[in-house]
Amino acid sequence: MALLSKFDDMRAALQALAAGGRNPFDVRFEKILSATEAVLEGRSCLLFGTNNYLGLTFDETCISASVSALRAAGTGTTGSRIANGTYGDHALLEQRIAEFYGKRAAMIFTTGYQANLGLISTVAGRDDHLLIDADSHASIYDACKLSAAEVIRFRHNDAEDLARRLGRLKNSAGNCIIVTEGIFSMLGDSAKLREIASVKREMGATLIVDEAHSLGTRGKHGRGVCEELGVESDVDFVVGTFSKSLGAIGGFVVSDLPDFDLLRIACRPYMFTASLPPAVVGSVIAALSRISTDASLGERVRQSSGKLYRALAHEGFAVGPEPNAIVALKMPDREAAVRFWNRLLDRGVYTNLALPPATPGSLSLIRCSISAAHSDAQIESALSIMIAVGRELGVLDSELKNTSAPAPARVRA
Amino acid sequence: MRGEQLTDHIDSIETSVIELLAHRVPADIKVTAETRIVGDLGLDSVAVLDFIQDVEDRFDLSIPLERVAGVQTIGELCVAVQTLKRDAR
Repeated sequence: MALLSKFDDMRAALQALAAGGRNPFDVRFEKILSATEAVLEGRSCLLFGTNNYLGLTFDETCISASVSALRAAGTGTTGSRIANGTYGDHALLEQRIAEFYGKRAAMIFTTGYQANLGLISTVAGRDDHLLIDADSHASIYDACKLSAAEVIRFRHNDAEDLARRLGRLKNSAGNCIIVTEGIFSMLGDSAKLREIASVKREMGATLIVDEAHSLGTRGKHGRGVCEELGVESDVDFVVGTFSKSLGAIGGFVVSDLPDFDLLRIACRPYMFTASLPPAVVGSVIAALSRISTDASLGERVRQSSGKLYRALAHEGFAVGPEPNAIVALKMPDREAAVRFWNRLLDRGVYTNLALPPATPGSLSLIRCSISAAHSDAQIESALSIMIAVGRELGVLDSELKNTSAPAPARVRA
Repeated sequence: MRGEQLTDHIDSIETSVIELLAHRVPADIKVTAETRIVGDLGLDSVAVLDFIQDVEDRFDLSIPLERVAGVQTIGELCVAVQTLKRDAR
């Protein structure tokens, strides 16, 4: 049997996808022009699928800080912090991210994926119980695989179901650790953190919240859904990423936990990989400084995404449950989603094609992410193209239309 | 239906589990204890986990993911449910 024959089903699925036009997993941009535009297939294309929520990838201050750090400390650290040591900017970034969240301590990781992998697999030991939201990101599921703890899923965003499952564990040994997200990456819905925090307090559990998609886009100071809902003191660990709102790469964990630094010698995804390179750390420090002092970017992305969400709902698209920097369009089926995604690209709009099993409820989605750097004209242009393609393919006013979408009278208010 | 009193008898568990699948799989698929959950039912991995949640609700228990990973057939799932129900006492 061929080594990779186990992936025969995947190969067939990929061939079917590519037969619809392009391979959605291998889009190759010829040139990146800005935070919102690139050259694809020889012409300019609007970027609506990059998670570049605050548009900081081309921010002059961030680029200058990155270049300075590169010149000062070189292209890479060539190893892990436990072996090769900590650079001054690693420690400075940890101090700054802890200050930003008002927490005692922070650890930075080489990717956001590794932050979840490292934290969850390390704090959840053999007799512990991990209770994860059913719609959790792959990094959370993979962390669970790496952990020795028992893993239980609770129904998506359902605090009552979480309480029931915690109740079943009341006579069990070990700690109960709840893991959820601020904003869920596929539909852009936010966690019911007040209810979940209440259950956590009542049942005496530990709470981890991944704010990957809400850092900078939610909360008065950009600290995410935990800040917005007033539950920061209930959250034991906030996980996040530098790869979305902060425009680079890397992940972090912040916490008030005493002895937090013990994790540095227990957390394998932190210990056994190379640390972030100076150029990345430099730009992230500058980006964090920007969002710490300038709330306008977060306000801008909320306004733009709300406008796009309401307009798409008004036109009859089945959208996600609430406006966020992620705007998801539910397609009637996989084939319609593939056609829609290809037609958008034909007309110069890049989005994400999200298909089962990567999606909740086996939905086929066109997933758009909005940036503070998108101009009003770019949003209008993308909107017009989406509506035109929606009409052409007959996916408007679909049966999937979300009943919680705003009524037409509120559109464009 | 949640948490209703059901006997621990394996046939009773199997009947309930097969009932829970009725709305998830086409009517022409005959489900038995030997049916493989992944492969025979046409469910993707997320749909399988959603089905497992239905089973958890019906029997008022939680089936840890590592336990789910070791289950291949409907019959094996029923045995896991039976064991977890007994362990919970």
